[in-house]
Amino acid sequence: MRIILFLFTMVFFLSCYAAEDIYHFSSTEDQTRFAMLTSELRCLVCQNQNIAESNAPLAGDLRQQIFQQIQTGHSNQEIVDFLVDRYGNFILYRPPFNAGTIGLWFLPFILLFSGISYLVYYIRKKR
Amino acid sequence: MRLFKLIRVGLPMMIFLGVMLLLWRGLTLHPAQIPSPLINKPAPQYRLPNLLNKKMMTERDLIGHVTLLNVWASWCEACAEEQSTLVAISQNKNFQIIGLDYKDNLADAKKWLQQYGNPYEVIAVDQTGNSAIDWGVYGTPETFVIDKKGIIRYKYIGPISMEVWEDTLRPVIEKLS
Repeated sequence: MRIILFLFTMVFFLSCYAAEDIYHFSSTEDQTRFAMLTSELRCLVCQNQNIAESNAPLAGDLRQQIFQQIQTGHSNQEIVDFLVDRYGNFILYRPPFNAGTIGLWFLPFILLFSGISYLVYYIRKKR
Repeated sequence: MRLFKLIRVGLPMMIFLGVMLLLWRGLTLHPAQIPSPLINKPAPQYRLPNLLNKKMMTERDLIGHVTLLNVWASWCEACAEEQSTLVAISQNKNFQIIGLDYKDNLADAKKWLQQYGNPYEVIAVDQTGNSAIDWGVYGTPETFVIDKKGIIRYKYIGPISMEVWEDTLRPVIEKLS
């Protein structure tokens, strides 16, 4: 019985290992870069998942693409630019800071600030 | 004092209406249709075999014609839906229709063309999907309008109905030719 259990666990662990380790990196640094990039890029097919999590075939192709680019020595910026050139800023979960997105970045702070100023003004007036 | 009262009542009202307007607009947007950054840029380079005669094709084939480049696959259900429209509009000789067969089984692709019709001048085969990544393809069917100089001018995502053709694609093509 014990032996059967042992073998069962072994088989189970083996399958886990196989599922995770599709991409072989030469360094742990590359591996972290891969994990970081695939988690910060949006899958375009199922838009609420990142490329690391998505099971869509396109996400698989993009993982492969990112893997190859890391292997051939491309920097993170180069890889992100490569994808933005093709799919647009939509692929980024973190929108870039530029003229088109300035409202997106600052509006929450402006609203917060005006809310607080009004609150302070109102309380002072009440006293 | 009166001004203050006006602001106190009016401002929240304005903000409320603004938010409603924003949300109202959100209802009519199509988040699944992601705008392509390739518009007004030259078509990406490619070198792909022709489905029917294995001859190599490149982006230079686009020069000199207005082109409708249609990305399809035999496994794609929406592609079968738009095929009758493509066959009908392929009678028009002001432009050429080029197919890009995306991650497909070649035998299935040929059978599919016999079943649904072949509107394509030529069909490039992209079995790995790498070339489609260069085109920013994320879901078939997708259709690009490319001008005579090989510049991408328009992208339509989703199946082309006769209505889409008349209202959207035809005006774009007529402007280019």
